[in-house]
Amino acid sequence: MDGFLNAIVLLANFALVPGAAYGSQLALGALGVTLIFAVLRFSNFAHGETMSFGAMITIFATWALQSWGVSIAPLPTGLLALPIGIIVTVAVVLASDKFVYAYYREKRSDQVIFLIASIGVMFVMAGLIRFIIGPDDQIFADGARFVFSVRDFRAVTGLEEGLALKTTQLVTLVTAIVCVVALFLFLGKTRTGKSMRAYADNEDLATLSGIDAGRVVRIAWILSATLAVIAGVLYGLDKSYKPFVFQELLLPIFAAAIVGGLGSPVGAIVGGYIIAFAEVLVTYAYKRFLGHLVPPDWMPDGLAQLMGTEYKFAVAFVILVLTLLIRPTGLFNKRAA
Amino acid sequence: MKTTLMALVSAAALVSAAPALAEDAKLGILLGFTGPLESLSPAMALGAELAVAEVNESGQFMDGGTVTAVRGDDTCIDAGAATTAAERLVTSDGVNGIMGAMCSGVTGAVLQNVAIPNGVVMISPSATSPALTAVEDDGLFFRTAPSDARQGVIIAEILAEKGVGSAALTFTNNDYGKGLADSIAAAAGEAGIDITINAPHEDGKGDYSAEVAALAAAGGEILIVAGYLDQGGRGIIQASLDSGAFDTFFLPDGMVGEALVEAIGSDLDGSYGVLPGSDSEGSQIFAQLAEEAGNETGVYAPEAYDAAALMLLAMAKSGSTDPAVYKDVIMDIANAPGEPILPGELGKALEIIAGGGEVDYVGASDVELINGGESGGSFREIAIEDGAIETVQYR
Repeated sequence: MDGFLNAIVLLANFALVPGAAYGSQLALGALGVTLIFAVLRFSNFAHGETMSFGAMITIFATWALQSWGVSIAPLPTGLLALPIGIIVTVAVVLASDKFVYAYYREKRSDQVIFLIASIGVMFVMAGLIRFIIGPDDQIFADGARFVFSVRDFRAVTGLEEGLALKTTQLVTLVTAIVCVVALFLFLGKTRTGKSMRAYADNEDLATLSGIDAGRVVRIAWILSATLAVIAGVLYGLDKSYKPFVFQELLLPIFAAAIVGGLGSPVGAIVGGYIIAFAEVLVTYAYKRFLGHLVPPDWMPDGLAQLMGTEYKFAVAFVILVLTLLIRPTGLFNKRAA
Repeated sequence: MKTTLMALVSAAALVSAAPALAEDAKLGILLGFTGPLESLSPAMALGAELAVAEVNESGQFMDGGTVTAVRGDDTCIDAGAATTAAERLVTSDGVNGIMGAMCSGVTGAVLQNVAIPNGVVMISPSATSPALTAVEDDGLFFRTAPSDARQGVIIAEILAEKGVGSAALTFTNNDYGKGLADSIAAAAGEAGIDITINAPHEDGKGDYSAEVAALAAAGGEILIVAGYLDQGGRGIIQASLDSGAFDTFFLPDGMVGEALVEAIGSDLDGSYGVLPGSDSEGSQIFAQLAEEAGNETGVYAPEAYDAAALMLLAMAKSGSTDPAVYKDVIMDIANAPGEPILPGELGKALEIIAGGGEVDYVGASDVELINGGESGGSFREIAIEDGAIETVQYR
């Protein structure tokens, strides 16, 4: 029995807890992508940089708060700075819509044109970020590092294996749940949310029935940017903020959105967790896990690892390709993408 | 035909160089001012520039010539950028030799793409990959840093003395990391230490929990991190501590630095490591000289000083700033016989050379070039105690 518990704790410590936190971050990112796709009907490649930009503003606000001695310990100060990051980023994103995308919307340009315009926005934002904060790592997590550490866990349970829960992981999970619940309440219960869904389902019909298209687009951008900033800040708090990382993150985020079905909020969340757990579980080495479960002479010689960790991003890619081959519309999409 | 012409040209160069005329020289300093070792580069560049300043002050260089140093950024990891930077140093700045490059991968690239085609001497202060020992270099490549094959043996010795029976090993996925990890694994195997896993990690990622999970699954009493302190190496250590996978780390040369101790904090206490360095008279004099000049010192700064000094002394000795000429005397300058030269004595060395005497450059890092132009090397064993890097002993 102890062996079984040890195995579960081990897997939780190295795969399940980090996977859940990573999955939440991906899910929040993918939600932003999927909202823009639902309303504006294009894949927003600038989303990763929006996350990065929001995290950067939040970092500046965090530094300011820290220098004034404001703290909400044991929680990270970054959470307090989050609203400032969201407000500034929303303003920037709305400006990018006004100066870039609005023009193409007026011309009723093709999806591909929007997509390419968003790549342009991505490069401009990436340059701006490197210009303002530089390419270096920024560690801005403060407050208590652990809810409970491996040592605490071992002392309490007496198990051989330990489990750590970082404050940032707990914050990520709780924030993700709050955001998702709030988003679904908004989309399902409020008049604005319903009008957004109507617009997403059929643009012309919605406009004819008196829904203000400009307003729906603005709200989609505001929601998407807000989710992006939250995802970016949580990722930065949990790991470390590094401007280059967000371009890499674009792949698992898009994979998550596409696996779930572009335009489907539920799909984005499920997709986020599928991608995250697939990346973690496929590259996990099960040697010690098996060691707790099977008798010593059944133990495999190697690490019992399906794929080296350097191929982590390849896992997201393979799932993306498989989805596009087998079910191109994604798991939860009603409409063909 | 072409070779005859070349021979004629170089013979002409030799003849024209024989009467030592006042000649100015340019020294390229090619280091990773940006990239994963950016925190080490400034001290190294200042070390090399210290040698240049000393030579200029003496007024003895090539009958009163002056040396200017030009910096270039090799980024440590981007071979394309390093090649461009070196190309610029050679073609546009017209340097007579390159003190660099920083990391093994880019050093190999610059050597093949720029130094050999243009016939420019390179002396790297910090490229330690064993692969560079055997590389075809036309006698143009030297290094004042020891090969990692030697570091691997030292690391195995230290681990064996500490009674470590098994260790996990992770390396940064490039020429330096792979070369070092392979030599550690080989030496540890001979010393009877079980290397449970030898896995690469990529630099520049946000999250290393998956890599650490694999390392933890393999297990081991200690984790050897053959990486970079400003990059993945730090991420690996942080993630290991967070998940309780390892609490003691062995830090090879690329991982030892104040920046790491500052970033990780007290959890790093009890870890230990090794880096090139000696407690010789030369290294103490160098530390003093650097302090007087107001420079910070760091890993490989003494080697950088030595690399620059060697090149300039070789130019003086051969009476030529032409790499094709002075490359042949670098080994003579570095090794016995001759008057031993310590840091701060470059003026004296130039005087001896001008008088036709022999010098044996000892320098800040006890330079003794072996195996066709690399340092035999001495190492400093360190331990991290109470948030500070303490020297345990020299090997």
